[in-house]
Amino acid sequence: MNILEFTGLVALGSLLAGFLGALTGLGGGVVVVPMLTLVFHVDIRYAIGASLVSVIATSSGAAAAFVREGYSNIRIGMFLETATTIGAIAGAAIAMHVSGSSIAVVFGLVLLYSAYLSSRHRDEHDPNQQSSKLAQKLKLNGTLPTPEGKLPYNVTGVPAGYSLMFGAGVLSGLLGIGSGAVKVLAMDQAMKIPFKVSTTTSNFMIGVTAAASAGIYLNRGYVAPGIAMPVMLGVLAGSMIGAKILVKAKVKVLRYLFAAVIVILGIEMIFNGATGRL
Amino acid sequence: MSDQIVTTAKPESWDDQRIEIIIGTLLRTGVILAASVVLFGGVLYLVRHGHEIANYSTFHGEPESLKSPKGIVHGVFEVSARAIIQLGLLLLIATPVARVAFSAVAFAIEHDYMYVVITLIVLAVLSFSLFASS
Repeated sequence: MNILEFTGLVALGSLLAGFLGALTGLGGGVVVVPMLTLVFHVDIRYAIGASLVSVIATSSGAAAAFVREGYSNIRIGMFLETATTIGAIAGAAIAMHVSGSSIAVVFGLVLLYSAYLSSRHRDEHDPNQQSSKLAQKLKLNGTLPTPEGKLPYNVTGVPAGYSLMFGAGVLSGLLGIGSGAVKVLAMDQAMKIPFKVSTTTSNFMIGVTAAASAGIYLNRGYVAPGIAMPVMLGVLAGSMIGAKILVKAKVKVLRYLFAAVIVILGIEMIFNGATGRL
Repeated sequence: MSDQIVTTAKPESWDDQRIEIIIGTLLRTGVILAASVVLFGGVLYLVRHGHEIANYSTFHGEPESLKSPKGIVHGVFEVSARAIIQLGLLLLIATPVARVAFSAVAFAIEHDYMYVVITLIVLAVLSFSLFASS
């Protein structure tokens, strides 16, 4: 395979990754790493470098489309970023002392667990949800745009959500992914934030979390321009398309798609970790 | 669209909405700029190296000229296609950092000093990670 063919195929795969990433709030990274390693036989360290770049592109590219719709909550995002960025640095530090295989297995299990939680039935938006005092103090409550006008929602479970966010940051720094699954889990399940607000705010936060570790990966030589270029451009185009569809799509369909994607990725992570490929 | 926002939202959430729209524009501008630079470098790269065999199955790390900002800028002046791609990627990494910096200013304008502090913490952590890695 010459560089022209390689670039074209990687760009095409990245387009799909970016599309799924924006649609589910997972970020393109979790799809990019398995694609590059399993399909294109790229070394895992190059895959992680390109993945981080795609994660930033997905987040920033989709956020631009999302903010105009009014779904993402900037205060929730900024407050939780204090946890994800510190976690990302901690994760990068841990990555130097722990084997990649064991990390992959643990992460796969985390993904499967979050898929289980996500697939459990929960009423979509509960207007009677009470706000916790901490959430009120931090001004985390917001409004959701609906056809009938702005619908207020209340936030709770701040300490649990914050802890999960720290964990999401650790995984991001460790594996070079956005950890969107854990971010959505923290907001949707722990903090009872409406699903669309969770996915869009997650997308918004992922770029900042990834930026906390991207500089380190670049300096270590994990960012190869020949791989990162088609990945970044492909993912960016895909995420723009995904963001347009998210606004129109029904939440129920989204939840099933979300659960299915993280189950597949969870199994993939465990398999590759157990066989020592990751 | 902006008319609708002004008439349906309360004054304080209007400020929030305005900040989010400015941030969204900032992010989009940064991404478009970064993508344009990467695309330009990418086309140059494919024209020069497109027929060569792609081999990324073994990791050997990128050369010094493609790792540090200084080396990348130096490479750009030599019209190295790969260095131009790296410059675009550096711009991409800078985009969310700029977003956080802008948010701090925006919260200050809104007199929300609790969120100015929260935002500055995030900015400090980002600066630490970029500083510690260089």
